[in-house]
Amino acid sequence: MSDTPSNTITLTIDGREVSVPKGTTLLKAAKQVGKDVPHYCYHDGLSSPAQCRLCLVEVEGAPKPMPACVTQAMDGQVVSTESEAALDMREGVLEFYLVNHPLDCPICDMSGECNLQDYVHAEGRDHGRSREPKRIFGRDDFGGDVLYYGDRCVMCTRCVRFMREVEQDGRLTVVERGNRSVIDTFFDRGLEGTQFSGNVVDLCPVGALVSKDFLYKARAWDLDHTPSICPSCSQGCNIELHTRDNLVQRLKPRENLEVNAFWMCDHGRLNYEWINHGDRLEAPLVREGDTVRAMGWKEALTALLQRLGDAAEKGVKVVASPLAPNEDLAALKALVEDLGGGEIVFRMPRAEDEIVLKGFPTMARRRDLAPNGRGAELLGMRRVGEDDGTGGLEGVSGHDGVVIVLGDALADQGPDFAAGSALLVYLGTHSGPAAAAADFVLPVTTFAEQEGTFTNHEGRVQRFWPALSAPGAARPAWLVLGALFAERTQSDSIRKADDAFARLVATHGAFAGLTYDDIGTRGALVSDTVPLSGD
Amino acid sequence: MAYPYVSDREVRVLSKYFGDPMQRRVDTYVERGGYQALKKAFEMGQDAVIDEVKASGLRGRGGAGFPAGLKWSFMPKQPTKPHYLLCNADESEPGTFKDRELLRWDPHQVIEGVLIASYAIRAKQAYIYCRGEFFETTQILAKALEDAYEKGYVGKDIMGSGNDIDITVHVGGGAYICGEETGLMNSLEGRRGQPRVKPPFPAAVGAFGMPSTVNNVETLSAVPHIVTHGGQWYRQWGTEKSPGTKLFCVSGHVNKPGNYELPLGFPLMDLINDVCGGMKDGKALKAVIPGGSSVPILDAQECADCNLDYEGVQTAGSMLGCASVIVMDEDTDIVKQVRRMVQFYAHESCGQCTPCREGSAWMLQILKRIEEGRGTEEDLQTMLDMSRQMTGTTICVLSDSVGAPVVSSINKFKDEYLALIRRGERVGVA
Repeated sequence: MSDTPSNTITLTIDGREVSVPKGTTLLKAAKQVGKDVPHYCYHDGLSSPAQCRLCLVEVEGAPKPMPACVTQAMDGQVVSTESEAALDMREGVLEFYLVNHPLDCPICDMSGECNLQDYVHAEGRDHGRSREPKRIFGRDDFGGDVLYYGDRCVMCTRCVRFMREVEQDGRLTVVERGNRSVIDTFFDRGLEGTQFSGNVVDLCPVGALVSKDFLYKARAWDLDHTPSICPSCSQGCNIELHTRDNLVQRLKPRENLEVNAFWMCDHGRLNYEWINHGDRLEAPLVREGDTVRAMGWKEALTALLQRLGDAAEKGVKVVASPLAPNEDLAALKALVEDLGGGEIVFRMPRAEDEIVLKGFPTMARRRDLAPNGRGAELLGMRRVGEDDGTGGLEGVSGHDGVVIVLGDALADQGPDFAAGSALLVYLGTHSGPAAAAADFVLPVTTFAEQEGTFTNHEGRVQRFWPALSAPGAARPAWLVLGALFAERTQSDSIRKADDAFARLVATHGAFAGLTYDDIGTRGALVSDTVPLSGD
Repeated sequence: MAYPYVSDREVRVLSKYFGDPMQRRVDTYVERGGYQALKKAFEMGQDAVIDEVKASGLRGRGGAGFPAGLKWSFMPKQPTKPHYLLCNADESEPGTFKDRELLRWDPHQVIEGVLIASYAIRAKQAYIYCRGEFFETTQILAKALEDAYEKGYVGKDIMGSGNDIDITVHVGGGAYICGEETGLMNSLEGRRGQPRVKPPFPAAVGAFGMPSTVNNVETLSAVPHIVTHGGQWYRQWGTEKSPGTKLFCVSGHVNKPGNYELPLGFPLMDLINDVCGGMKDGKALKAVIPGGSSVPILDAQECADCNLDYEGVQTAGSMLGCASVIVMDEDTDIVKQVRRMVQFYAHESCGQCTPCREGSAWMLQILKRIEEGRGTEEDLQTMLDMSRQMTGTTICVLSDSVGAPVVSSINKFKDEYLALIRRGERVGVA
């Protein structure tokens, strides 16, 4: 729709004039003047049944209050969202909601981020007038990660509509009618086997649908929210890491209509425990004969630099990881080139099938089960090995020069990996065969502990931010690799992630023109499109 | 078999053959002039039929009283999609029992009305949506439809006119809300019987997403007569704004309850005292619900000058609705009566809209508590607030129906509530 004057209408909302394109709903027009009309059943990603009756507003000349979520704005309309009548209607609806609501906020997972709490505090009565016994449904295990507390339900049917319209597998429905209405599943099947049903927990405006995984784990107000990118496949869904006590407590999708709309898949949502694993590498470890000694960074890097140059004369072979951000991979590549160049390979665990979200088909749980395979390929790295993320390292293991391993713990390899190499350097987060075999073990951070970018399957570069503090002396790999590069080339070392990204942009044409500022929270496409060999 | 009660003050147009099972037979119906209106309609053409019905001033008999001809004229004149006529036979309003009788005694009259209406709105398929509990009725209707098909009055090339109209009888599951026209369409499509948000209106997006018109059984039953005799003929009865005859379903404390077909504008007190043979046991009149349980209650004083047409009842402070007159004598416990009605609506609320879903059930809880003598005066204010917040705030008007009897009874019979609240006793009950 173009913004020609004929397609624009002007109306008055709460005394303020606003111009909107034809077809805009009153709810969205009101948002433009800064009024967030309370609503439950309406959601940007779903159809609008206009049944919660919370978004009723007064429209001059209309015989009845109008639901703002479905009423289209008309030229010259005078709308009041906060007139006495509108507030009276909303106060009524909110009082009705509380007639049977158990008000068990102290033990409810949603407490603190609950729309019912917010709305009632803002516009509800000070005291409810209901003296009647409450209707009791109890709770129901819906299967999957979803638990249903019927008594808290406000019957907005967002969950039912999500399953029908977005996942397009109508596993949920409303049964019974009147105030006996309750959300239920069909027979015993429940949500078991669905791939996106975790979203109904996010959609639920109250604490009726909760995540079993998150149940009783943390209070909403204790959680820090950090914008991030889901690391579980190459879709690059925008997410938030919700953290407390330096642990990731849960993942939530973050709206990005270009990538994942409002959704994320259950695979990604529940695949976060690895970020919290203890047993981290916390200090540089250097092998001296038969012993391994922990060192400070300066000492370790000095020792490494002493050996690196000579060892590299026999060539460099590198194993990188598609879990590593662009910045890490670029710093790795710069160092490798300075050492005389050498092949960089990475291994990608792959799923058998893509799982497409039918109602938003540009989103899928992709086959590549790591976030940055595309970034690695744009930097000239080559994927090797099997679909289960093993094998493919014969050439590296037998190498007699320098072997550098970044991020891949080499779980399928023995401790004699690259036993014949002149120097084996491992930059990683956890111990494993790679750490056991390495001459130098350099502790680096996970994506959750550093700033950086991933390039998703379609070539969209997306930023993430640090949510956790790194354990011990672990540092981002780009910082470690950058320091080695700076020492060897006698150049300025890079101290900030955006400088690391700027160096990547300067040296790799595909990323030309991008800056952290441009990418922002929405991401930006790389200019070059190189087909990803996995897709 | 004679129909239970008749009155010489009746004008029996639609109910002429009530009590005569022979009328159910297609041959008898045709002998008595049946299906001639359909033939005439085909000769008149669609627009002329609509104009004739407009001229008659026939208003929808389902409760809202919307002019039938005008409703038909909303349908597209040049169909680009299939059109549907939906005959609403989901008669569920407490106190209403006219459509059932029309279907039982004169099913071909309904079928002929459906055919004419379908023709007028350019529909080739009509559905008669029958209430789930209409077991005998549906069997009679299905038999009549089968006969009509056999005789070529329904189906392909009706009476050689080249017009095709099919009729399907659909039996609902027995939910009050499926009588609401958009709830009916959802139910017909196999969805939950829940009203839809309007706009879009049925004439634009109706059953199966196609332009549709929903008409009540009684409205459609009047159509053949209007087509046969003309719109002006129909206007010989009734008032300027409410022309024609209407079936009044009288129940409650009268000597002769039943269905009476009377001209609109008939005085309410004449209906009670003359047509229905007066109050039972000579008791005094206390209150009347003139249009089915969802309209405000009239007290005896308001009944005195009330004429039974759409405007007359409105002037008296209620609504004609579907003309289901529930008469209550001096011994009636108003609170119990209101509680019983609210109980019905709380049970039948579809549960979509919050004010109705939660409000109707809560209202019932409060009324029960008052009835048990555990109410407080504040409850009355709470109920008035709730009624205000439940009226006009929902997708359909079921919610309004909860408020109407509550508000009118609190305003008119407050002492009965107060007596229960103060003494835990019931006023007027020995």
